[in-house]
Amino acid sequence: MFISNSPIEEIIELNSKIYLLKVLSPELARVIKPGQFLNIRVTDGYYPLLRRPFSVCDVEGDHLFLLFNIMGAGTNILAHKSIGSTLDILGPLGNGFNLDGDYETAIIVAGGLGAAPFPYLTRKLKDKKNIHSFIGGRTEHDIITYNLINVNEASDDGSRGFKGNVVKLIENNLQQFDSAKVKIFGCGPTVMLRSLKEFCIMNNLDCEVSTECAMACGFGICQGCPVESTQQRESYLLVCKDGPVFNIKDVVI
Amino acid sequence: MSKVDMSVKIGSLEMRNPIMLASGTVGYGNEMSEFTDLNKIGGIVTKSLSLKPRKGNPPQRIVETPSGMLNAIGLANVGVEVFIKEKIPFLKKFDVPLICNIAASSFEEYVECTKILTEEEKIKAFEINVSCPNVQEGGLSFGNNLSSVGKITDLVRATTNKPLIIKLSPNVSYIAEFAKIAKENGADAVSAINTLVGAQFNIFTRKPKIQNVTGGLSGPAIKPIAIAKVLEISRQVDIPIIGIGGIMDWKDVIEFMIAGSYAVQLGTLNFIDPTAPGKIVKEIEEHCEKNGIDKISSLTASYQL
Repeated sequence: MFISNSPIEEIIELNSKIYLLKVLSPELARVIKPGQFLNIRVTDGYYPLLRRPFSVCDVEGDHLFLLFNIMGAGTNILAHKSIGSTLDILGPLGNGFNLDGDYETAIIVAGGLGAAPFPYLTRKLKDKKNIHSFIGGRTEHDIITYNLINVNEASDDGSRGFKGNVVKLIENNLQQFDSAKVKIFGCGPTVMLRSLKEFCIMNNLDCEVSTECAMACGFGICQGCPVESTQQRESYLLVCKDGPVFNIKDVVI
Repeated sequence: MSKVDMSVKIGSLEMRNPIMLASGTVGYGNEMSEFTDLNKIGGIVTKSLSLKPRKGNPPQRIVETPSGMLNAIGLANVGVEVFIKEKIPFLKKFDVPLICNIAASSFEEYVECTKILTEEEKIKAFEINVSCPNVQEGGLSFGNNLSSVGKITDLVRATTNKPLIIKLSPNVSYIAEFAKIAKENGADAVSAINTLVGAQFNIFTRKPKIQNVTGGLSGPAIKPIAIAKVLEISRQVDIPIIGIGGIMDWKDVIEFMIAGSYAVQLGTLNFIDPTAPGKIVKEIEEHCEKNGIDKISSLTASYQL
């Protein structure tokens, strides 16, 4: 992990209030893994004070892509940065997804902005594994399918794809896969992860999820991002250092 | 080679410069060492240690505030035994004084922790966190009670010969009274200030933004308060002060020293820019050189009121 100042080359509005930001960073592009994240300082001033964590969305050559929506002051500043200005990036942080293993099919499960880490994962896996993406959102505007393949969509209000939650959609489609040769990669809101965990345990599916939690530093010193471990209850794991990717069985969601 | 004498002395604790890293903002040193050369820092204060490991509070532990942050980590730490076995060996690799911060929930626990840790040669001083709930007194903070602060200081003083620093809470009417009682009971120095109690609500759910309801406010938002508290102590009590509270750059360090600090601690800044401590040491030295300040310690309490 290191701090670098990387020039912003492009900011694209993908969807209403959902942005894709392209930065040039050969050093980060070389080493970062799918599921790892970056902690970004959006201003030199004192408001907002803390860095903002973003998972790496995609890597293309020397470029990194970040996906975000405008949540508050920090992301608002980020969305309106001028092209050519530099971004203070701390990373790569945390542990990424474990892509190895003898599974044949990777199933991506994402809700809303939870789709962020998966374009890069897809890029790394598409020549080795079959990939199916199950992408959900509250409405059609919240479904993000940027650079994903074999996409099945679900929306809570039925405005796009299957009407209902994305875990239910996989459940309906599970019979087409050999569950012993499947690995699930998930990211999304807590309610989604909770039902994904139940589903994976019931069907004995191997699953890794990327979690999130408010944090300050992103590398273990502030202790701000605890997550309860299922293995031992005497101490917490930290999302930033022990995660953000965990085997779904290892953490209490 | 710099002509500026950057060294400072607090009791018998000698430091190469006044820049210390505050408790709870450097972990046990290992992550921080990847960003800042710890050999160039004045001193490192460990995360608050208790006798037994503490799990800390459930999430959410942190929330950002205007120019600051609230935290309620809940004193999560590995405990004294694991600290000695697993954390000190790493810290021994650095030529930097290690100051052990102790947090306890009873008078006996403060003594017990100090008794064990004082045997460790690497530990050069103790900083006592008195802003902990006193379990025997219904969870009220020791730090808000003069006689409790006096008693803790006295008990710990009797347990160790190493320099003793009492970290004062700002959540009191007159902080100087607490500095005075710490001095009377044998403290070598006080550090000021610990975080201010704060809270923040989500206006839609009407729930507090941190699970513990209240948390400790830190960051640049509290700097003017910290400066005022340091000054209050400096004017009323003859005891070395370590200034803490929202330092973001070298100018803040100079300001804290002018207000009465012998040394300072960097805290929240480490979360935002972990490379800052090393840079600040250099920048202060440059400032002194440019302004004809031969000894950094000459800045202490040099206010012109």
